[in-house]
Amino acid sequence: MTTRGYAVPSAGRPVAPAPGELRLIVRDKPLSLAEHVDQYGQMQAGQLEPETLIAEVERSGLTGRGGGAFPAGRKIRAVAEASTRARSSRPAGSSAAKGSTAKGSTAKSSVIIANGSESEPASSKDGVLLRHAPHLVLDGIAACASAVGATRAYLCVGHGTAAIAPFLTTAVAERDRAGLDKVRVEVITTAGRYLSGQESALISALNGHAPLPTFVPPRPAERGAHRRPTLVLNVETFAHIALIARFGSHWFRAAGTPGASGSALVTVTGAVDRPGVREIALGTALGEVLQRSGLSRPAQAVLTGGYFGTWLPLPAALAVPVSDDGMRAAGAALGPGVLAVLPESACGLAETARIASFLATESAGQCGPCRNGLPPLADALNWIAFGRPGPDIVGWVHQLADLVTGRGACHLPDGTAGLVRSALTVFAADLRSHAADGPCERSSGPPILPVPVRGSR
Amino acid sequence: MTNDRDAEARHQRPLPGPRLQVNPIACDARGLCIELLPELISADPWGYPIIAAGPVPLRLQPLARRAVAACPTLALKLVSRIGQ
Repeated sequence: MTTRGYAVPSAGRPVAPAPGELRLIVRDKPLSLAEHVDQYGQMQAGQLEPETLIAEVERSGLTGRGGGAFPAGRKIRAVAEASTRARSSRPAGSSAAKGSTAKGSTAKSSVIIANGSESEPASSKDGVLLRHAPHLVLDGIAACASAVGATRAYLCVGHGTAAIAPFLTTAVAERDRAGLDKVRVEVITTAGRYLSGQESALISALNGHAPLPTFVPPRPAERGAHRRPTLVLNVETFAHIALIARFGSHWFRAAGTPGASGSALVTVTGAVDRPGVREIALGTALGEVLQRSGLSRPAQAVLTGGYFGTWLPLPAALAVPVSDDGMRAAGAALGPGVLAVLPESACGLAETARIASFLATESAGQCGPCRNGLPPLADALNWIAFGRPGPDIVGWVHQLADLVTGRGACHLPDGTAGLVRSALTVFAADLRSHAADGPCERSSGPPILPVPVRGSR
Repeated sequence: MTNDRDAEARHQRPLPGPRLQVNPIACDARGLCIELLPELISADPWGYPIIAAGPVPLRLQPLARRAVAACPTLALKLVSRIGQ
């Protein structure tokens, strides 16, 4: 994809971005409502049949861009059906629902949550998208609201990007004046913890509880915020839906690969010349994506998928397609689209140890295995990186990683374990040299990957 | 409705046996389940239960139900459908 925006025809009739052109962030400034309509055309949310939109999103192959990569169409359909069930299970004018086992008997209509909380420290794509194209996200919310019969919609921004909340509130007011949306979007700021942006944590907060993950089931699609069927999607996913609603699934699939359709925003950070957020066609080779950000310094590895993610060695991984299926085949995951480049001059074990410590302190402490297992796991990594690892410590790390995996209400323990395992594989040579000679010189260098200090977020 | 189709599909496939599931937030490592059903539940280094993978065999289902009933924090459940 090129970095230029596409032209607005003189007649003012917007055209769909051509293949190879940017779709989501087309100019280097925020688009006002008028500019947005000029760019993409008006979206008639009310005129779209719910089934038409859902089927179109399903056909597009769009997957969630928040990290889970779950098919968006399937998620929307589940909420639409739960909402219909809830309404039809309520007998008109009677209280006969008493004694009925219908889960939806307490639900009335559904709720939409656009997740822009972006608690992943290395990611900035949600904030950049919201700053540049707020109306694309709001259009997507409006389209989904009419598809699932929502009466409430929330746009959640993170603690770190809370400064844009007033700007978003202004954008919502602009649409209000234009009479665009049936459902008025409420802009809310989430708590600053790493886990507060997690789907069930957002719902818990909206329900008046602590902003921490809960044990699922019930699934949000069945019973989420205000005990109603709830559609939670990342803000970027909503932006793609706004374009699919206009230009269709065929257009959407013109970018990307058959297995990973469309474009995606990625945050390229670390040892690149021009770090920042880029829109890429899914399936683009990792090397090409990194080259576009300037790969002039020698690099040894890239952390993919964020701090829950996986290290991939460079240059071996340069040909890996940046897409969920491509990354999975390489033993990694695209997650929320973080690509953090580690230079030759840094120590991968030290970087991983710092991240592991961060993740251990971010444990909500709700689940025993995570509360008890992550601190010693992080300690062991720190001992490997900065101490003098004995022969048994690698076995201990693997044992701890296995013990915590799959045993939390959320994926924090699994993510931490996966990150640590990949570090021991990718930085195996460093591990041997640390064991033989103690910490390498590079491990005392400045950190490459940002690790927030507790309380500063 | 898709709903009915799903229900139909479930009836055509043989139902897998029930599974034990721990709500890790509710679990407080009281350890009763580990004592009552050592065949399927073991303790991790901190006393939290590790459940054997797969469905509960028929012969152990009465014991599994007993373990579920004994859990003081109601963290242990016997679920017949994945995700429920």
